[in-house]
Amino acid sequence: MKVLVSVKRAIDYNVRIQIKPDGSGVVENGVKHSMNPFDEIAVEQAMRWKEAGTAEEVVAVTIGPDAAKEQLRSALAFGCDRAIHIKTDEPVQPLTAARVFEAIAQKEEPKVFMMGKQAIDDDSNQTGQMTSALLEWPQATFASEIELSGETAKVTREIDAGLETLEVDLPAVITADLRLNEPRYLKLPDIMKAKKKPIEDMSLDDLGVEAAARLETLKTTPPPTREAGVRVESVDELVAKLKEKGLV
Amino acid sequence: MSNKILIIADHLDGSLNESTARAVACAQQMSPTGIDVLVLAEDGASVAAEAAQIEGVSRVLQADNAANAHPMAALLTPQIVAAAQQGEYSHVLGPNTTFGKDLMPRVAAKLGVAMVTDIMSVHSAHEFDRPIYAGNAVITVGAPTDQVLVASVRCASYPAAPGGNSAEIETLSLDAELPGHTRFVNLEQASSDRPDLQTAPKVISGGRGVGSEENFKVIYDLADKIGAAVGASRAAVDAGYVPNDMQVGQTGKIISPELYMCFGISGAIQHLAGIKDAQTIVAINKDEEAPIFEVADIGLVGDLFKIIPELEEKIG
Repeated sequence: MKVLVSVKRAIDYNVRIQIKPDGSGVVENGVKHSMNPFDEIAVEQAMRWKEAGTAEEVVAVTIGPDAAKEQLRSALAFGCDRAIHIKTDEPVQPLTAARVFEAIAQKEEPKVFMMGKQAIDDDSNQTGQMTSALLEWPQATFASEIELSGETAKVTREIDAGLETLEVDLPAVITADLRLNEPRYLKLPDIMKAKKKPIEDMSLDDLGVEAAARLETLKTTPPPTREAGVRVESVDELVAKLKEKGLV
Repeated sequence: MSNKILIIADHLDGSLNESTARAVACAQQMSPTGIDVLVLAEDGASVAAEAAQIEGVSRVLQADNAANAHPMAALLTPQIVAAAQQGEYSHVLGPNTTFGKDLMPRVAAKLGVAMVTDIMSVHSAHEFDRPIYAGNAVITVGAPTDQVLVASVRCASYPAAPGGNSAEIETLSLDAELPGHTRFVNLEQASSDRPDLQTAPKVISGGRGVGSEENFKVIYDLADKIGAAVGASRAAVDAGYVPNDMQVGQTGKIISPELYMCFGISGAIQHLAGIKDAQTIVAINKDEEAPIFEVADIGLVGDLFKIIPELEEKIG
């Protein structure tokens, strides 16, 4: 079985982001970037299938500038066999990303296309669903458990009401939620080995993909802030305040 | 250009989820010429009747189909696309519940259009604010005006539109071919007599400071005393004190209760992202340096195991 897994380069989750004073975006230059954490979970899942003998080949794919190769190397260090880099310096929005992934999936014909449920930069939570829609494949989003058996997958999904289990025919797009697994730490020998693994470069043109209509970002601003309130010294004081506000 | 808006109803077990009325409140700010609510269910009569009461709704469209017994994006999408085209809607909206998050991008892709996730503020029918970077920045986006706009509504940003309406209910027959590749197996619902976490006016929450699954009983007891829903931080969920669906925060539930009272929660950024819209935040923590105090309206430093019994007694 072949597994395709997408990874996105994003500002590291530990970075406190800064908004440019002119409102034109978020400061990205000189800021630490990493693989989107949900994508790490997706890659880890693919590795577990490979180690269990369920997956024979795992291919990582990214869309982005030259620097995104760094994240492909991380995916290869996890143990992916090879990688595909769709190069573009333009920011790619979900529908365009989905068109690219549709083209790659048609070329590679994986049984499972694993993705993170969302990227922690734009928080869109769209690309997996859009990719499966374009491919006319089933989708199983927000996965916390996946059981592969032959031509189907049983996927437990974290939804508002609890845990929902769906059975989908393969091929399918599955998006990883937080509790699917805990990604491993990369070891130096694996990072060294990854340098020798092949990365194939492509462009949107090579794939015959046209960028979709875009949302235009007009400005970026800080979120409304909450002011710190009062400290109370005792439960009596707390209860008095709550009663004053009519909350108890 | 007229703004004719279709809202996809989120519902479970024959009841309408309040998120639908919140999406209606958002839609009302888009200068709509009409707001229709689409109910896709096996038997949608009770849900449609509830939706018809929401102020601002023009019509409720009820499309019954045995395939809609459990909402699955792959099966709902072709029906929504058919309804959107049949009704010539300019906007198709859903709530940003897990139902809407799963569904709306699939609808957008099938319509071949970009989607706006998590509308938190409306400037015009095609210009909105939405959060990025876990709510640490807000972007204003302009969507193309020459195509259908598909979007999800950040429920915490909108109070539910009130009831009192009696919109007409029409049955709709949709000509759509549904795939057989996705099948419902089961839904494990945490059974609870407590109010629903996402819509409850009062929420009591516990974090790692609660210490264990057994200790969480004090949180439940206090919640029951004041009729509150119970939530938890990611740390408490990861430690196994409570099930996943109780998680409040960026990757869990984003809520906007009148009262949010949290015990033993330090206030990680991802947790704060889930409670920013609460009206009153009360924090009880033994660490006076905990970041939760920076956003709390009322803070009390102390041991939750001493404070809760005293609180219960004094609330009376």
